[in-house]
Amino acid sequence: MSSRKRENSVRGARNPRKSIALTVLMAFFVLYTLVPLFWLFVNASKTQPDLFSSFGLWFGDDFALFSNIHQTLTYNDGIYLRWLGNTLLYVVIGAGGATLLATMAGYGMAKFRFPGRRGVFSVVLGAVAVPGTALAVPTFLMFSRLGLTNTPWAVIIPSLISPFGLYLIWVFAVEAVPTELLEAARMDGASEFRTFFTISIRLLAPGIVTVLLLTTVATWNNYFLPLIMLSDPNWYPLTVGLNQWNSQSLGAAAQPIYNLVLTGSLLAIIPIVIAFLVLQRYWQSGLTAGSVKQ
Amino acid sequence: MTSTRTTLTRRVSVVATALIIGVALASCASSTSDDGGTDTGTGTSAAALDAALQKGGKLTYWSWTPSAKDQVAAFEKAYPKVDVTLENVGTGNDEYTKLQNAVTAGSGAPDVAQIEYFAMPQFALSDALLDISPYGAAELKAKYTESTWNHVAIGGKIYGLPQDSGPMAMFYNAKVFKKYGIEVPKTWAEYITAAKKLHAADSKKFIAADTGDAGFTTSMIWQAGGHPFAVDGTKATINVADAGTKKWADSWNQLVDGGLLSTIPAWSDAWYKGLSDGTISTLVTGAWMPGVFEGSVAKASGDWAVAPMPTYDGTPVTAENGGGAQAVLKQTKEPALATAFLRWLNSDPASLKVFTESGGFPSTVAELKDPAFVGAESKYFGGQKINEVLTAAAGEVAPNWSYLPFQVYANSIFNDNVGQSYEKKEDLNKGLAAWQTALVTYGNAQGFKVNS
Amino acid sequence: MTTTSTVPDARANPEVPPVKLEVRRQRRNWQGWAFVAPFMAVFALVFIAPLAFAIYLSLYRRQMIGGNTFVGLENYSQLLSDASFWSGLSRVLLFLVIQVPIMLILALAAAFAIDSARLHAASFFRLMIFLPYAVPAVVAVLMWGFIYGDEFGLAANLNDFLGSKVVTPLSQKWILASIGNIVTWEFVGYNMLLFYSTLTTIPGDLFEAAELDGAGAFRVIRSIKLPALRGSLVIATIFSIIGSFQLFNEPNILRPLIKNVITSDYTPNMYAYNLAFAGQQHNYSATVAIVMGVITAVIAYVVQLRGSRMEER
Repeated sequence: MSSRKRENSVRGARNPRKSIALTVLMAFFVLYTLVPLFWLFVNASKTQPDLFSSFGLWFGDDFALFSNIHQTLTYNDGIYLRWLGNTLLYVVIGAGGATLLATMAGYGMAKFRFPGRRGVFSVVLGAVAVPGTALAVPTFLMFSRLGLTNTPWAVIIPSLISPFGLYLIWVFAVEAVPTELLEAARMDGASEFRTFFTISIRLLAPGIVTVLLLTTVATWNNYFLPLIMLSDPNWYPLTVGLNQWNSQSLGAAAQPIYNLVLTGSLLAIIPIVIAFLVLQRYWQSGLTAGSVKQ
Repeated sequence: MTSTRTTLTRRVSVVATALIIGVALASCASSTSDDGGTDTGTGTSAAALDAALQKGGKLTYWSWTPSAKDQVAAFEKAYPKVDVTLENVGTGNDEYTKLQNAVTAGSGAPDVAQIEYFAMPQFALSDALLDISPYGAAELKAKYTESTWNHVAIGGKIYGLPQDSGPMAMFYNAKVFKKYGIEVPKTWAEYITAAKKLHAADSKKFIAADTGDAGFTTSMIWQAGGHPFAVDGTKATINVADAGTKKWADSWNQLVDGGLLSTIPAWSDAWYKGLSDGTISTLVTGAWMPGVFEGSVAKASGDWAVAPMPTYDGTPVTAENGGGAQAVLKQTKEPALATAFLRWLNSDPASLKVFTESGGFPSTVAELKDPAFVGAESKYFGGQKINEVLTAAAGEVAPNWSYLPFQVYANSIFNDNVGQSYEKKEDLNKGLAAWQTALVTYGNAQGFKVNS
Repeated sequence: MTTTSTVPDARANPEVPPVKLEVRRQRRNWQGWAFVAPFMAVFALVFIAPLAFAIYLSLYRRQMIGGNTFVGLENYSQLLSDASFWSGLSRVLLFLVIQVPIMLILALAAAFAIDSARLHAASFFRLMIFLPYAVPAVVAVLMWGFIYGDEFGLAANLNDFLGSKVVTPLSQKWILASIGNIVTWEFVGYNMLLFYSTLTTIPGDLFEAAELDGAGAFRVIRSIKLPALRGSLVIATIFSIIGSFQLFNEPNILRPLIKNVITSDYTPNMYAYNLAFAGQQHNYSATVAIVMGVITAVIAYVVQLRGSRMEER
């Protein structure tokens, strides 16, 4: 099984014709994916009254993006920044921890034959099939007995498990970390952990970055479990907070702040988009390894 | 070295297994609800409340009323040592879901929470609320109207203090009525005629907006003389085919099936806009609405007026819609301080003044009878003395109404059942029957003996 | 550091007694656990314990009147005749059967187009199509909810333009399709990337050979690219199926304004959620969740069997 990349230069030399028709077709596709984001940007720049009176896909009378941003960050004593901080906390510890656990476990599955290995495999794979909501209620009840609800741990601990991450590292490690290298290190008397942290991790780097990115996206977007675990708005992540702002527009003492919901949403997307743009190279090769299965 | 490592990993796995089993067992063991309410230190009495206020502390208060912010500010000014954090975690059922979760979880509940009257039995029954009678709450009984007090005094205990009441009236857009030459309806038949006339004159205007609201429906059934819910201990009766319920459903059917009701969802931004620009020209709801008008429909100031609720045969009768109390949660770590805050909130004249000034409709007898209150001219309602209509309505509430001990749940599945009638423009009686079936099933599953 | 007293190299010294080799292999046997243990420990807390607890819950019933009693399989038999559950299940099945193929076909088409080297600015397209995946589901649904809305949404603008209420994405007739659109929008890029990544690993000489044989683009797709994608297709299908069965976020966030259209039991997950949090019926909720989990697992397993198989090393 090889993962040799095709030599684009060779192909380029033989197939230089670029199709305009195809490009136009794909442009429609991109329009589909981008129009909502463009809509978000345009409408985040409108004032609350303008939202209702102006056309959806173009700017309103006032360009209020900056004042909206200011309002978003200062509304309710700057709770948005608190939510942002919470999200960062959950992401760093949750995604970081998940990546570490998945990397170690995937490595262990790939490079060691230990009793119970098949059991681990089937159990973890089975876990992927279990609906998250199936576990939400019992996890909530369990955590409440343990006194963990309404604390950051209630959000972080469940996000530490990434079965797909384990699977990705496993598949990646099988190829990327040659067993001969490990044997040689063992001959030299290095402990397994030392080998792991000094040699194997470097070899696993693209896979690790992929898993890190996937878990970062997952923890950044985490909504359902925090929704039921947290009742104190001070611990909300951005997703739950934005939803609360949205439902604030409904009700007896309604204070519609749709413009803040939209601006807040726009601000919430930007870090992830940047992360993806910057780290493109890594996750593409990582996903490659994960998807190739003969 | 080999043996140590193997032993180590083996030990780790043993510990891990033990941990898992331990956690599972701990969770499985039935836990009695934590009784955080007893305050052994300062004792319980009215004096203890004053002492707590002097000592100070921190409280969390969940409420969505427009007046909450000002009331909290006034309280903190009067008692600087107490710090109250006001949170609006949602209106109605949204807040109740969070509250119920916190009660189940054993933590995360506020010290004091706003709970509408229909939801009081459910929370009282699930042992979530603190009984405040040890603090001398019974002495406050005389301050409140009988019907509101009955909502907080359940089973010999006192679970909260009433804040407002919601006798119903009809708020109507006088400007729109005048423009289209519509008479203020006194009966439901006249109301339906007015609906047809208005909609025919301008197809963008509706007499009212309704997409199915449990609170509205139960209140309308109440006014029509229906008694679909009856509870006696652990026996419950649910019957939506009784005369009063049918009277309402058959009458309202004409509006639903005739497409005479706007489908703008209540309390949404578009709904406020509709109230503002005449799209929705009447609102039959509780007396607490003026505060919301002033706060959220400012543009229509001067357009609206208040009239008594239409009736079926012309005899004045109303029902209650909404209105609620505040209660102390059993989970609170500051029972005395929380009760003291509650007492101030709903019985101290300073608080009541703030409340009525921000448009709240009181539940206290003194305020309801106060000539200044009754005769107050409302700038928003074109100078009309709206409280004359509203206090009169308070005295005309139909008697003997009861909610289910699981009314919060009942309301949460209202749209699944009755909502379908609205959606398909079908007979409301059918939707109500489906609702009844679901509620009977639920009640029996909860251990009640329903309709047996 | 090598010493002669520790385990010698068996390759260099064939006369080394096998006992020592056994020791070495055994050591490696358990060392695997050292790496896997942290994951498994948290896994036990976060999956196994709640799952066990859920099973326990499903065998009991806690009532407002009467407390907690053991009811055996009564919850399960109640579920078998529960119309709410079956209507929700058939709804997600319908959703699955329509939305998943559409999304995967779109993703495949996009992957082929981007991989074909006949597209201008292929990497731009690749990135733009992937972008929606980075958007949190909540934000995506809020966004699309506004776009669909009657108030300041594009749907409203379109209706004004057309003069009447033609576009009604949030009506009962269209709501499932509207939700399907949101889900497709969110995930088509991710699946596209999965397929594209696989395509980049196909050895170049296969294409050179095909070119020499005069194979056209579509022939290449059929004979080279599609077979290479089999593994990814299976994975993508399984995850999409699982996602469809778990449908919750999208209908739930849209629900507040359209309570008559999206009922509290619209999908099995919403049903389980509302049973627990609106009805305080945690036991029955656990039952629904377990049954859904089993159904999902069975179908995912069947799909996996029909697709490729994991190669063990």
